[in-house]
Amino acid sequence: MSKVRVLVGTRKGAFVLESDGKREKWDVSGPHFAGWELYHIKGSPVDPNRLYASHTSGWYGQIIQRSNDGGKTWETPGGEKTPEPGAMPPPASNKFVYDSSSETGKPLTTHQWYDGTQKPWVFKRVWHLEPSLTDPDTVYAGVEDAALFRSTDGGKSWHELPGLRGHGTGPKWQPGAGGMCLHTIILDPSNPGRIYIAISAAGAFRTDDGGKTWKPINQGLRSQYIPDPTAEIGHCVHHVAMHPSRPGVLFMQKHWDVMRSDDAGDSWHEVSGNLPTDFGFVIDVHAHEPETIYVVPIKSDGEHFPPEGKLRVYRSRTGGNEWEALTKGLPQSNCYVNVLRDAMAVDSLDSCGIYFGTTGGQVYASKDAGDNWAPIVRDLPAVLSVEVQTLP
Amino acid sequence: MIRVILPQHLRTLARVGSEVELEVEGRVTQRSVLDALEARYPMLRGTIRDHVTQQRRPFLRFFACEEDLSHEPPDAPLPDSVASGAEPFLIIGAIAGG
Repeated sequence: MSKVRVLVGTRKGAFVLESDGKREKWDVSGPHFAGWELYHIKGSPVDPNRLYASHTSGWYGQIIQRSNDGGKTWETPGGEKTPEPGAMPPPASNKFVYDSSSETGKPLTTHQWYDGTQKPWVFKRVWHLEPSLTDPDTVYAGVEDAALFRSTDGGKSWHELPGLRGHGTGPKWQPGAGGMCLHTIILDPSNPGRIYIAISAAGAFRTDDGGKTWKPINQGLRSQYIPDPTAEIGHCVHHVAMHPSRPGVLFMQKHWDVMRSDDAGDSWHEVSGNLPTDFGFVIDVHAHEPETIYVVPIKSDGEHFPPEGKLRVYRSRTGGNEWEALTKGLPQSNCYVNVLRDAMAVDSLDSCGIYFGTTGGQVYASKDAGDNWAPIVRDLPAVLSVEVQTLP
Repeated sequence: MIRVILPQHLRTLARVGSEVELEVEGRVTQRSVLDALEARYPMLRGTIRDHVTQQRRPFLRFFACEEDLSHEPPDAPLPDSVASGAEPFLIIGAIAGG
């Protein structure tokens, strides 16, 4: 029977939840790395027991953790205690240095700060880790200040793909409230050279040559909070989702507006339809129905909690515009949590499971595509990210 | 033998107890102690001082012999009692945050 593993990153550690295919009883392990912020944990599609975790701290900086046994044990890649004084140290798995070399890099320019002045790029943390679809030792990292890095040695060393930051629009990129982060990385399973990324607040970008060159893909986005609402750069994209069977179709939750592209991001149109608010962070796609998508509307700008204190997932079975509220099993009064951008995921069992985590520490799951919900763990620290693995 | 006391989170990361002992060749300074610490425990690289600038992380301080040495030059000699191992070199994480 299949199994499901849910990887939960929180403000104070990582948790790994496992269940059989019935998804009724969950074993919870953790906290791993207690006290540290776990921005994201994700498994390799090639080797599901190979997990990567972004483990950060305002005190001690960035750590990369890796597991080879599905989260039972962890290591800092290359960080083993050296056997003897004077031995050659391994590369540092937490060293993210922007490539400004004359051979391969781009000059380190500046980006816009909150007050409109320019600031130099400074690495702060890894927001998102995206393992390769074909090689368990290759993994991409989206970082703050926004840039894309890649490791091809299992996370031991990282190198920037400088064409993105060197696109030339950097001085127009600016931080969202959470920082200037590259938070979404989508690998196209049908085209190894194609990668989509999104930055808050710059917008979405696409490469078709494996990361050498990048194109902003923001045509059709409209953001009233920037001087030119339809500018090529400056949009606060919160998350982007894609169904692997239709890699040219993208769904986006923007700061406001739920958007859709049918041409690999070349153009976007709004599909917010009848949502009670088109603000939110997460967006995801049903594992077997590429036109069924999910969002969690959140009240903004100041509040960042569900409208009316009712936690509702909205589902569209028409690829947007027509939305239905999913409420069974979710709190429908006095609920003032948030659901952050990387905190929703799906499993790929026959009856698709949907999962999301809240800043109140609950992880909710539906094993029937959203019709009914139940918490599979509650009272964790604030949830930053949720990823799901469907295991044989 | 130089004694170094680490903050709790770095003990966990390095899988050591509260105090580690290090051999330091040459002059005993902040830099030479941290170089020896990072060489022995590579997972600590970047957690105490920045990889590139080598600047101390702002939420960490260096104490020894009841003095705050955080703002001393990195190549200044540490007190004799640290160099002799009589007193430890303390790396302190700020008490802050929720």
